[in-house]
Amino acid sequence: MIEVQGLGKSFTLHNQGSAVIPVLEGASFTVAPGECVALTGASGAGKSTVMRILYGNYLAQAGQVLIGGVDLTAAEPREILALRRETLGYVSQFLRVVPRVPTLEVVAEPCLAIGMEEGAALDRARGLLARLNIPERLWALSPTTFSGGEQQRVNIARGFAHTYPALLLDEPTASLDPQNREVVLSLVEEAKARGTAIVGIFHDAPARDRLANREIDVSAFTPARAA
Amino acid sequence: MTPLLDVRSLTKTYGSRTGCADVSFTLYPGEVMGIVGESGSGKSTLLNCLAGHLEPDRGEVFFDTRTDGPRDTLRMSEPERRMLGRTDWAFVHQNPRDGLRMRISAGGNVGERLMAVGARHYAEIRTAAEDWLDRVEISTNRIDDRPAAFSGGMQQRLQIARNLVTGPRLVFMDEPTGGLDVSVQARLLDLLRGLVRRMGLSAIVVTHDLAVVRLLADRLMVMKDGHVVETGLTDQVLDDPQHGYTQLLVSSVLQV
Repeated sequence: MIEVQGLGKSFTLHNQGSAVIPVLEGASFTVAPGECVALTGASGAGKSTVMRILYGNYLAQAGQVLIGGVDLTAAEPREILALRRETLGYVSQFLRVVPRVPTLEVVAEPCLAIGMEEGAALDRARGLLARLNIPERLWALSPTTFSGGEQQRVNIARGFAHTYPALLLDEPTASLDPQNREVVLSLVEEAKARGTAIVGIFHDAPARDRLANREIDVSAFTPARAA
Repeated sequence: MTPLLDVRSLTKTYGSRTGCADVSFTLYPGEVMGIVGESGSGKSTLLNCLAGHLEPDRGEVFFDTRTDGPRDTLRMSEPERRMLGRTDWAFVHQNPRDGLRMRISAGGNVGERLMAVGARHYAEIRTAAEDWLDRVEISTNRIDDRPAAFSGGMQQRLQIARNLVTGPRLVFMDEPTGGLDVSVQARLLDLLRGLVRRMGLSAIVVTHDLAVVRLLADRLMVMKDGHVVETGLTDQVLDDPQHGYTQLLVSSVLQV
């Protein structure tokens, strides 16, 4: 489902003496449907960079990323957007939403975007919000004013609203209490059982051990620093 | 899929100064493209050339018309282009005064555009105007007030209603949230975003506000000195800018 081949990434800072910072070199791995792969490595090793390239948010300088048959390194913006709408979900650490939009709509939006009937999309959103213990009185409010943990749960509800065949998870259990952590872990397990291919960053080691079929240490892809 | 708009090598100079140079892109149905750059980068010149308000020196602008398929709008007759401007195209000006008629009522402003495409039945026009005022969150009891009596944000929403009432397929927007309070901007953005998604509109939005394009645009075109220096998916261009000028633009935004 996810196929990464010879991926290379560097940042060129044109306004800082054109400094070139290489971050990845020769990254290759695949993720099969129903499999969960955990990216590991010290902070700064490039875990988030890999995730962002997989989502089309960062441009790669070398290599290929095939997700659901689309090569993200060569695709047009509208092809990437279609992939994100239908195939590829991403639960980031931070919720970014349009101000003023009620929580319920924020969560239902991915379902509406793929053409699900409005009533069904809202039902799905209600179900997820309830499961993630977001009090019903908050559903009509914009999540911008919520606490960090509440925002994170809204973000997770949104990420799981549509059943994407491929899913990227960036620390899904960070800042959650044990009860909600358990809910999130079972959501991920259900997605795996459905056949979703998952790539995740989990600093929560017990969560990683429970969910991941394999670990990939991204330090192996760190370019040798030219002194 | 046929692109809605196919622009080839569009160039406009003002004497020896470059307005925009050799701009080419395609826009597909339902896509929203943002054009960003600082003042004088040529983004408004480009928008005005695309919308037929300025005559470019060179280039082609193919629009996929409802009846005859793709046609070069620069080589259309003036009446044909004017008709397009009243039906399939809409233009939202930065200053609502440029897009509204300040001496006629709010309802009249919306109704006028409908009448320009042949609507004659008063009650139907009034109903459509009420419906659109409601959609842009202007209370229908203000329908007989002149826009001069409206706040800036209301005037801008009225301009949007006037433009969208004929169901255009392509909307040009020139700094649609410029000059508005931040709270009013957010409301307008939310409204625009909803309308664009629900009506399946394509839009080209010129702005210097990167937060606005992040929320509104699917893809970005970055201009400097009349040239396109970078294009791509909006979040990719903003989060991983490749060109030095884009990096400067993105890093110059004040964090709140």
